[in-house]
Amino acid sequence: MPIAPGDGRPRDGVLAPSRARRRPPRRGLAGTAALLVTAGTLAGCGGGSGDASTLTWYINPDAGGQAEIASRCTEEAGGAYTIETAQLPRESSQQREQLIRRLAAGDASIDLVSLDPPYIPEFAEAGFLAPVPDDVADRVTEGVVQSAIDGSTWKDELVAVPFWANTQLLWFKKSVAEAAGLDMEQPVTWEQLVQVAEEQDTAIAAQGIRAEALTVWVNALIESAGGSIIERSADNPEDVRLGLTSDAAVRAAEVMRNVSTVGGAAFSTAGEDANVTDFEEGDAAFMVNWPFVWGRALDAVEAGTLDPSVPEDYGWALYPRVLEDESSAPPYGGINLVVGAFSANVDAAYEAAECIVSEENQAYYFTTNGNPASKASVYDDPEVLEVFPQAPVIRESLEQAAPRPQTVYYSEVSGALQRVYHPASSVEPGTTGEEASELITAVLRGEQLL
Amino acid sequence: MTQTTLPPVKKTEPVQAPKGGISDRSRAERRLGWLLAGPAFVVMLAVTAYPILQAVYESLFSYRLTDPDNREFIGLSNYWVILTDSLWWQSIWVTVFITVVTVAVELVLGFGLAMVMAKALSSIRPVVRAAILIPYAVITVVSAFAWQFAFDINTGFVNSWFTWLPGVAADTDWFGDWGTSILVICLAEIWKTTPFISLLLLAGLAQVPDVLQEAAMVDGATWWQRLWKVTIPNMKAAIMVAVLFRTLDAFRVFDSIFIMTAGANGTESVSFLAYRQTIARLEIGLGSAVSVLLFIAVVMIAFGFIKGFKINLSQARGE
Repeated sequence: MPIAPGDGRPRDGVLAPSRARRRPPRRGLAGTAALLVTAGTLAGCGGGSGDASTLTWYINPDAGGQAEIASRCTEEAGGAYTIETAQLPRESSQQREQLIRRLAAGDASIDLVSLDPPYIPEFAEAGFLAPVPDDVADRVTEGVVQSAIDGSTWKDELVAVPFWANTQLLWFKKSVAEAAGLDMEQPVTWEQLVQVAEEQDTAIAAQGIRAEALTVWVNALIESAGGSIIERSADNPEDVRLGLTSDAAVRAAEVMRNVSTVGGAAFSTAGEDANVTDFEEGDAAFMVNWPFVWGRALDAVEAGTLDPSVPEDYGWALYPRVLEDESSAPPYGGINLVVGAFSANVDAAYEAAECIVSEENQAYYFTTNGNPASKASVYDDPEVLEVFPQAPVIRESLEQAAPRPQTVYYSEVSGALQRVYHPASSVEPGTTGEEASELITAVLRGEQLL
Repeated sequence: MTQTTLPPVKKTEPVQAPKGGISDRSRAERRLGWLLAGPAFVVMLAVTAYPILQAVYESLFSYRLTDPDNREFIGLSNYWVILTDSLWWQSIWVTVFITVVTVAVELVLGFGLAMVMAKALSSIRPVVRAAILIPYAVITVVSAFAWQFAFDINTGFVNSWFTWLPGVAADTDWFGDWGTSILVICLAEIWKTTPFISLLLLAGLAQVPDVLQEAAMVDGATWWQRLWKVTIPNMKAAIMVAVLFRTLDAFRVFDSIFIMTAGANGTESVSFLAYRQTIARLEIGLGSAVSVLLFIAVVMIAFGFIKGFKINLSQARGE
């Protein structure tokens, strides 16, 4: 049977192996193409920012705010530098993985980075961050909330520029709180919430998923109970002292288990986004979550996918307490800016960083992207107050927020916590802390897998 | 009725080459052979042998990517840490479970699909073949996301469509415990790679000589008897190659687990463990050791298949 050249479809019922042999010329073409691709990839590896005044800013994905700020600062610089943005993965742990591997290879294209605060010690200790000049340090910490300064500091030195500071609030349905007779003007405890949720047959939305969000929750509970995951940090992993067997940690574990009983159907896989969905749909009447939920609800109303009565019923308060007579320690998050140690434009990068974190840009970012500012004065901005009526509570929350453990080994600590404290329903207040302690110690000593 | 295969062909003995060296012609041919195969050989060395050797070397060190100054030779300690850790053995068990279940199901389904492709009317054959191959063309990460969204408690349709099945309710949390997570992971793998097996089996089906089928039919063999006594014995090599390739593939399962559960509820596979140590923890030494053990496991599977089932790879290629 003759075969028309280029007609690759075999006409028999099967793939005839012999036929492939009759068409060798294609291979040469494929080989050339492969060579070209390889050459292109290799060339791509070596390239930094070719133009000396072009800064590359690695940003976490957002609603377009950072790109807009980048173009504003580029304009303001009047040709002194141009900021280009490059987007990092969605998950903060994956952002870290990408950045750290690039920096370990001395990537000079990394000028500015939007970095999640818990990873800052690891980057600083490895020498991946360009030191912050003293005058810049003075200017960028002026009027900044304390938790954001703490989150940018490693070994008593400012190593990052505070950009925006996030914190979780307690969100509640006003109608349900009212029906339960819960006075939300007063601080509430987790215990009260669990009781109300049981009585009202509703759920508490919290982050029970095995992810970084779980560490955020565990940390906030232990800190709120007056303890700390790491009581003493140290360079040598053997000297790190953990606080997971303390009374505070036991109390926190109790709260976790109790909340998991009213956490809804898929508590063990619920992250921040699933929480909002539950809260919007009315499955959960209480939720601990970041302020983005407000912007999301307003956007959904505008798009016509959410009834306007839903956000009208939203109430907000400070993060719930673990101990009745001690104020809570809400989670601290957000993004700080760091300058890559291998950047060819460190001075310009710090100049750009100062522009990015200006009061004006922080207010813009807050109102358009829902990411709260680290500068306290922004919270008095009438425009901010109009869009975010919860701004005063957010500011108060930021003042008492506690960062996650500051250690070079944060990733290991967080990973081990997630392994032991997940699912929350299996947490045993008496033993889980000890189990986690043993695992973290063994992992840090290199004696166990994670 | 016994199994029917073609009698072995007696190979003709090679003609003895004249003593006293090789001819000019064969020398030229040999040189041409090296010229043709050489570049591929070099590329293989660069992209497979070099990384494997580097991983073996680095697995002997305690080496953290962010702390290269404290790199220290520790011999086989990393291997000892891994092999005495319950997490390793749990991952092995999960990996073997996924491998056995998916390969077994895929083999049966793939065989069925291969028969369909082979027997389909010639007018619709290209369409059938393309339709069957589509899942294999989908990127694994994309397929994992699709399956995750389908089974998600908030966004998925499975919970609302399949409530009539026992054990499925509107609030079934598929990724909430081990059994259901593994089920979805296996389903996604099976959906995605059955076409691969069916393609290999299709090639095998083509090698079953029609004369044998006709002879069996004349002898009054039923369809079922022909399948078991003629078709399958004659394509044993193709089946074994399909199973071998797919087993090696399945043993390295990573994407679906990474996307769907991120290793929660004890669903970590060996590859996932290697990722966690090397990429997330940055413990290059420990992670390399996990990778080397994974490599050894894969080599053992391949070796076991070839020796145990006496697979002749060249026979499967129709040589």
